[in-house]
Amino acid sequence: MTGTIMGAADISRALTRIAHEIVERNDGALDVVLLGIPSRGLPLAHRLAQRIAEIEPGFDADVATGALDITMYRDDLFKNPTRAIGTTTVPAAGIDDAVVVLVDDVFHTGRTIRAALDAIRDLGRPRAVQLATLVDRGHRELPIRADFVGKNIPTARSERVDVHVEELDGEDAVILRKGE
Amino acid sequence: MSRPIVIENASLYGDTTASILVEDGVITAVGEVAAPEGAVVVDATGLIALPGLVDLHTHLREPGREDAETIETGSRAASRGGWTAVFAMANTNPVADTAGVVEQVWSRGREIGLVDVFPVGAVTVGLKGEHLSEMGAMAHSKANVRLFSDDGVCVYDPVIMRRALEYVKTFDGAIVQHAQDLRLTEGSQMHEGEVSAELGLAGWPAVAEESIVARDALLAEHVGSRVHVQHLSTAGSVEIIRWAKARGISVTAEATPHHLLLTDESARTYDPLFKVNPPLRTQSDVDALRAAVADGTIDIIATDHAPHAAEDKDCEWAAASFGMLGLETALGVIQKALVDTGALTWRDVARLMSENPARIGKVDDQHGRPLAEGEPANITLVDPAAAWTVDGAQLASRASNTPYGGMELPGRAVATLLRGEPTYLSPRFEGAFA
Amino acid sequence: MRHLLSTKDLSRDDAILILDTAAQMAATQEREVRKLPTLRGKTVVNLFFEDSTRTRISFEAAAKRLSADVINFSAKGSSVSKGESLKDTALTLQAMGADAVVVRHWASGAAYQLAHGGWLHGSVLNAGDGTHQHPTQSLLDAFTMRRHLVSDPTGADLAGLTVAIVGDVLHSRVARSNVHLLHTLGAKVVLVAPATLVPVGIEPWPCDVVHTLDQALEAYEIDALMMLRVQRERMTGGGSAFFPSPAEYTRLFGLDGDRLRRLPDHAIVMHPGPMNRGLEISAEAADSPRSVIVEQVANGVAVRMAALYLLLAGEEGAQ
Repeated sequence: MTGTIMGAADISRALTRIAHEIVERNDGALDVVLLGIPSRGLPLAHRLAQRIAEIEPGFDADVATGALDITMYRDDLFKNPTRAIGTTTVPAAGIDDAVVVLVDDVFHTGRTIRAALDAIRDLGRPRAVQLATLVDRGHRELPIRADFVGKNIPTARSERVDVHVEELDGEDAVILRKGE
Repeated sequence: MSRPIVIENASLYGDTTASILVEDGVITAVGEVAAPEGAVVVDATGLIALPGLVDLHTHLREPGREDAETIETGSRAASRGGWTAVFAMANTNPVADTAGVVEQVWSRGREIGLVDVFPVGAVTVGLKGEHLSEMGAMAHSKANVRLFSDDGVCVYDPVIMRRALEYVKTFDGAIVQHAQDLRLTEGSQMHEGEVSAELGLAGWPAVAEESIVARDALLAEHVGSRVHVQHLSTAGSVEIIRWAKARGISVTAEATPHHLLLTDESARTYDPLFKVNPPLRTQSDVDALRAAVADGTIDIIATDHAPHAAEDKDCEWAAASFGMLGLETALGVIQKALVDTGALTWRDVARLMSENPARIGKVDDQHGRPLAEGEPANITLVDPAAAWTVDGAQLASRASNTPYGGMELPGRAVATLLRGEPTYLSPRFEGAFA
Repeated sequence: MRHLLSTKDLSRDDAILILDTAAQMAATQEREVRKLPTLRGKTVVNLFFEDSTRTRISFEAAAKRLSADVINFSAKGSSVSKGESLKDTALTLQAMGADAVVVRHWASGAAYQLAHGGWLHGSVLNAGDGTHQHPTQSLLDAFTMRRHLVSDPTGADLAGLTVAIVGDVLHSRVARSNVHLLHTLGAKVVLVAPATLVPVGIEPWPCDVVHTLDQALEAYEIDALMMLRVQRERMTGGGSAFFPSPAEYTRLFGLDGDRLRRLPDHAIVMHPGPMNRGLEISAEAADSPRSVIVEQVANGVAVRMAALYLLLAGEEGAQ
């Protein structure tokens, strides 16, 4: 099945559910820091943070959200054209003893998350690291699993999953495409 | 006695088609020729016949740098390039500043026999610019030296230059000057201009050449002597020579094929193959030199054939030696730059590359003679349609420092006769002489 | 990018990418753990034919912070006495498996020859060749200017800024690199030098030339003033000296407190180092709050990290 798998309403509902799950899992959200992985994990992290703030009044969405660029930690740097390095920003208080929730759009091989874990290690020592993803499409190559999943979408390896977000693409959608 | 040779249907000086009969080293008939019994008959249809070329400016490197060139390899390169005589510069080791050295070079040239090697004597002892060398002894030696030059270095001291100009009058010699103000060119690497400014290579100003050309023209006038200026490279030098000749000063001038084709833009590659003394200049200098060659202001084209061992070129620009090969590529380069562009006829080429240099070098009793009955059979056959791609490794020189590697040249010499003996035959003729 | 040889080869987009990458690299250098795993397994050779401890340690720090293996290769040999040839050195480095060669050489063009000689497969990064180019120096200068003088630096060029470069332009690879780079980034460049130290053939350079510092201070609203080092050998040599005396140079071209105060309030003072205090720059100017000379050094590491990253991180042959 190809085409649009999730529309704007589906995505919104999934993020709301994940926000609740994060709060529930962590007995609140006071120590939670959301780090979005650019590009599309970053707007998703901001949206999750806003939803958490609605649930937990003491949670400051702006302060607790950051960006984690993993380019310099990738294991395929020498197999692809040179990538521009994105911005990494972490809360001023740092991430030591925080619960870091990594936010990405599509969870696939696990290599991005492996790189993110290495990047976090250079930034501090969180109490725990959890993973939230809008889509889990399977085909893991490393022993990594997601804590919070918007939707599991079974895919063939050759297929592509494109996540569109309003902030960057002008619409919210998850689209499954046939491989080339 | 070698067999008679009939060169059939050659284009003499690119003008008239005729056949040439050569017997016992002499041209015995020109025109309609009946081949004598046992003659070698060469079909020269489409080929230009020129008097054997005379290079007034060659570095054969022997003695001293036999790793770069020897009299033998240089002679072979010369014969392949269409030359029947070369003037070997004195900057060998030991320097050719005594009768002993010039006689050695001269007789080694004779032994090899591929080209007449005329040694040029040094003006000053060791090329040091301090004391006149024994020019009289060299003039009266077997080598019969008439041209004197410290080439590679300028005779910089004006008093030494004056004395030298005066002294050579004794035996009707001439001073051949490498015009380079030494102070203005300390550390200089390339033409001083926009390209040197950008590349950060120390500049070699045009005035460093022009000021010496002007000085020496005036000195020659003052003492009533003869000066030949080597490798003119700038438009300003051309103007000065033009002025001096108009004034009646006994000055002659040469240009090299590379200064007539290449510019300082080549230095952008930082490839030391383009490093030469004087440096490659700008396009407007090239244009001025071409015009001067065409209108007679410049008397001769000479190669400044300067072989260098690989390690002296395969290095940083600033550490590399100056100079480039020229003997085998000169004809092709001149055809490309001047004949095919309409600036020169083949008749002009004969004047610039054979007759005038022979006259300046005082060997015009043997070389640069007309292609006519009774003249020595020094003949170069040029195929103006034999396009070839230059490859330094394929050249006969021991060194391979040509700046033309990979360049296609439109034509080349295909046969060279020295006193009737073939010193070079391209493969198409080898059969005929078998 | 395969090599970094001359700022003349850089487009505006290339230059901004390097500066933006350097900004990200600089951010990592404020962390507790400053080492990144990015170039693990890559070998960077610092090939220095000319002594320059400052430049070498800057490149060494940059490579090490990206986890590259660093080999320092100090090749002796001057313009007077040739040592091992450039070619043999290159073949040696090739045999060692150098992924990038950072080369400092006394001869103009040596980096170009190393990159184009066919002896090496790795990237060549020019760390100063003779009097030709020193691209990372000018990139760190541009980076420093952008940080101080452009309000929203990321992705930005230097349009609207006026930069004066004062001193020995003729022999300066820093000046040559900066003229092209700053022009590409939209800045106006003014060269200030005695006519003896301005190259013949400078006309096509995209810059103005004036002949005293006072004249420059009067005629231009200078945002960044860069003082070049005066090499001792330019003042000596009797008749070959390029100016009559150090005192006269200081009088006409030196930056002292008075001249410093004539600069606009926001203007910064730069120097590629090492400084001749009291000659081209007074202690007051060098140590003033407008001086960003020490910061230039720190930015040098970030810019060199960016250059190494951009040269080495892509797949081989990818653009």
